[in-house]
Amino acid sequence: MNTAVLAWRQFRFERKLFWRNPSAAFFNFTLPFLFLILIASVFGADRKELDILIPGIAGLSVLGTTFTALAYTFVFNREQGILKRIRGTPQPPISYFGGVIASAVANAIVQVALIVVIGHVLYNVSWPKDYFELVVFVVLGVVAFGSLGIAFAQAIPNFDAAAAYVNAVFLPVIFISGTFYSTDSMPELLKAIAVALPLKHVIDGLHGAIVTGQGLSDNLTALAVVAGWAVAGLFVAVRYFRWE
Amino acid sequence: MAIQVDGLRKSYGQLEAVRGVSFVVRRGEVFGLLGPNGAGKTTTVEILEGYRERSAGDVSVLGFDPASRDRELRSRVGIVLQSSGFYPRATVREAVEHFGAAYPRPRDAEETIALVGLQGKEDTRAGQLSGGQQRRLDLALALVGDPELIFLDEPTTGFDPAARRAAWEVIRSLRGLGKTILLTTHYLDEAQELSDRVAIVKDGLIVAEGPPSELSRRPRSYRVSYQENGHRVELETEDPTELLHRLTGEALARGARLEGLSVSRPTLEEVYLELTAEEAAS
Repeated sequence: MNTAVLAWRQFRFERKLFWRNPSAAFFNFTLPFLFLILIASVFGADRKELDILIPGIAGLSVLGTTFTALAYTFVFNREQGILKRIRGTPQPPISYFGGVIASAVANAIVQVALIVVIGHVLYNVSWPKDYFELVVFVVLGVVAFGSLGIAFAQAIPNFDAAAAYVNAVFLPVIFISGTFYSTDSMPELLKAIAVALPLKHVIDGLHGAIVTGQGLSDNLTALAVVAGWAVAGLFVAVRYFRWE
Repeated sequence: MAIQVDGLRKSYGQLEAVRGVSFVVRRGEVFGLLGPNGAGKTTTVEILEGYRERSAGDVSVLGFDPASRDRELRSRVGIVLQSSGFYPRATVREAVEHFGAAYPRPRDAEETIALVGLQGKEDTRAGQLSGGQQRRLDLALALVGDPELIFLDEPTTGFDPAARRAAWEVIRSLRGLGKTILLTTHYLDEAQELSDRVAIVKDGLIVAEGPPSELSRRPRSYRVSYQENGHRVELETEDPTELLHRLTGEALARGARLEGLSVSRPTLEEVYLELTAEEAAS
């Protein structure tokens, strides 16, 4: 069977298995909404806060469904010997990666869409002003975070350690990147770190797309930083990939 | 020839795990690779499977260099690794169908499941199978592509005796279908039962090679033993006829009986232990 068909089969297989894993389904689909609803309730859902929170949670979702999910997946499959088994079959590696990554991308897209809908229906946030920009930042975010997740998996020694490794990155990054609140009043050092990392820029781009409607041309720096991380992530993921 | 290995070497830094191994596996035969842990068997087999690159030597598997990782080669080979995992949430049938799809002419999933004796477990998730059943699923995933060459690394480890016998039957039936099998095993009776030829590997070298029966048939290879005054007497000889004639003659002359008299040939296990234990003895 050709590579594209095998990638499609892998994708379908991954989708089927995803829904059989309650913890993955929870972390991927429930956690961001829990954050959204709790924070909106606790801090009072004023317009200004919601305009930060909706793109912030959308960015968090992209990070969680790609970086976190793929880091776990690749460490688990490496430790289980699934990667080694696949390597012994005629399945082209590209079709395997394609199917697995596409499954993560599907989760990211569904989540961003749900957050936009919930934002509109529950919290009266406007529909996105610039759909093209929304798609560009979701796609670029997925590529950057996804490749960084696979790259990061190469540094994680085993599955028991995966949660510690992933959260050591995930939690600080979401807290400094303006996911839940504006970063304007943050200390300069933290601001500088956040600006060097991709999540803040993805959120800025999503903010532009959903809330302000300032176009891509106003977010070129954000675009460039995220693209830079995507290239770095892809390089490390390919160069240092471990099958076993 | 299905496999040709000539002067194969593999080093990991200072350590030379394989130090010049040569052997051939003919098409349609079961070739057993025996040796203690760390002897270099798995390294050798993983080079043939395309998992590792060799440091030196020539290797040909079905006419391909496995280091090239050619897709056609992988579609003609089935691999059972010592340990490799499953998607724990996929059922037996789903796993067999999923892995089968990568091969140009896969065997029917139901037929493959029946071949390894997993009927009735089709809808059980891999994570819920017992250790022995997972080993059978391993075998099923190696066979689903209908390969002409099969690598079996410790295929019956953890099996109960009945399951082992059943696995042996599967291996014999594969041989009957004309498949070539490279078998790595710790169980010497398994190698003796199944292999047309075996090679004993020690410290990265082959120390003996040949049909199991011929490996056993070495000089002084008959063992005669009997009881005398409550002690067991063991004698080794090249010519049991003469020895027995002498022993029985002496016994008759004394009017005694040779209690528990037996004549045996060393098993492959004894040859193996002798060849691989030299280091420990010296």
